[in-house]
Amino acid sequence: MHAIWNSIPGAIELGLLYALMALGVYITFRILDFPDLTVDGSFTTGGAIAATMITHGASPWLATIAACLGGCAAGAVTGLLHTKGRINGLLSGILMMIALYSINLRIMGRPNISLLGEGTIFNSLSILAFMVGVVLVIVVLLNLFLKTDLGLALRATGDNARMIRSFGAHTDHTIILGISLSNGLVALSGALVAQQAGYADNSMGIGMIVIGLASVIIGEAILGARTILWATLAAVFGSVVYRIVVAMALQVSWLDASDLKIITAVIVIVALIIPTAQRSWKQKHAARKRSAELADMLTAAGGER
Amino acid sequence: MLELSKVSKLFFPGTPDEKAALIGINLTLKPGDFVTVIGSNGAGKSTLMNIISGVVTPDSGDVRIGGNVVSELPEYKRGRWIGRVFQDPMAGTAPHLTIEENLAIAYVRGKKRGLSFGITRSKRAFFQEQLKKLGIGLDTRLRAKVGQLSGGERQALSLLMATFTEPQILLLDEHTAALDPARAELITRLTESIVREMKLTTLMVTHNMEQAIRLGNRLIMMDKGRIILDIDEERKKGLTVEQLLREFENISGHKMADDRVVFG
Repeated sequence: MHAIWNSIPGAIELGLLYALMALGVYITFRILDFPDLTVDGSFTTGGAIAATMITHGASPWLATIAACLGGCAAGAVTGLLHTKGRINGLLSGILMMIALYSINLRIMGRPNISLLGEGTIFNSLSILAFMVGVVLVIVVLLNLFLKTDLGLALRATGDNARMIRSFGAHTDHTIILGISLSNGLVALSGALVAQQAGYADNSMGIGMIVIGLASVIIGEAILGARTILWATLAAVFGSVVYRIVVAMALQVSWLDASDLKIITAVIVIVALIIPTAQRSWKQKHAARKRSAELADMLTAAGGER
Repeated sequence: MLELSKVSKLFFPGTPDEKAALIGINLTLKPGDFVTVIGSNGAGKSTLMNIISGVVTPDSGDVRIGGNVVSELPEYKRGRWIGRVFQDPMAGTAPHLTIEENLAIAYVRGKKRGLSFGITRSKRAFFQEQLKKLGIGLDTRLRAKVGQLSGGERQALSLLMATFTEPQILLLDEHTAALDPARAELITRLTESIVREMKLTTLMVTHNMEQAIRLGNRLIMMDKGRIILDIDEERKKGLTVEQLLREFENISGHKMADDRVVFG
């Protein structure tokens, strides 16, 4: 029991680091309704750019910003493949993910880079306090953006593309913008995670999309998604809860760290199935009740006659 | 205002399924014209709407709006001139956005969408005033998600969104066909008053013969990709549904084949 409590602060810290990635996934998955698998590659791209620049003597701040821009570029390419190249959405993401695997290796020059002894953002900062600030600022900025004319067009693109086209917005552009923004956040998360962990590794992004989905879905299941603000906060919250669940699962003696991926998959599957099952059960229940009421009314009316 | 000259469109050219959706269509709408369009299934009415709005580009011929040739412009670039209401009440609005957010999207029709706020206090007041005109209580529900509205309410909102920025051309594509009679009547009445008040140049496809005669100042009838009859305001006044159907049979040589047609 003691060990579990000890692991919670670390889990919250990790949850906030990965929350930026979850927000990125929220943009594509929920707002654009575009399942973007680029994430697995662009997360590593973020870590790779940051680690490479830092070991070459760049300021960690500059390296982090560059990592974010690198992610934006990767996302833009996925968007271009999908809109201009007319490639299926899932496939464009997968193609970009595979391409990034090689690109990330080129960036790093080797499969992993250690940041031990290098100056990172976190050298002089409390990770927890800093991440609370960063996540809050990004949630606020994202919410403000989604209320602008451009942000509304982005949201309408995922909601009813035909409608927003008839009002003169170019959906190709909004899709590219959304995917780019999303992967910028994902790469930013990757850059921060690499600095916190003390290394960047070419496989650090594997399974990231599923973790992002898990965070978004867990958050929605617990907090709901009534408004954009609520939904973005839910993604952050979901990311933290996910890390706590993982920390607790790892305390179980018969589970290994290597079982993490299947635990994640199970969490996502359960979180996806429960709301759908709940909804259909509710609908059936309501329909049955209403039908019975109507039938009763008919019998009552018949009785009076 | 709107001018189509010798517009033709083939679907699946050169295959056994080849279909001539439009053949040499000539049509000119003067500013303020309100034209109703009727015709049997597959007459090309929907293709006509799609050619004008830019969803489909013509194989030959020109489309002009306000004197400019727009035949090759994609739909999103024509959005600034054309307001459109679809048959499906779900098609014209974004369900997960609120009423005021939907209106904000329509408000910047065809303009560059930048980083200024979609909804400001003054815009909200304007939206409220516009919604009040619909007279169905939407003005008190600005922050309700559009997905929670009924089909009739959504269609009324779509109509408002399509018109309140005064587009040069309004396209109504059987926009009352999917509604129950009472709702359809409400939308028809709103359409009439909005079009008259704003003097919008309007093209309305309908399956309701009576509506086609009652509304607007001109009626055109289509069959097999052609305009086969063009009735002006004078002649339209005394017209009955029976006369219209007889006329159709005389010219086309077959009965009006349309399972959805409503005689009024």
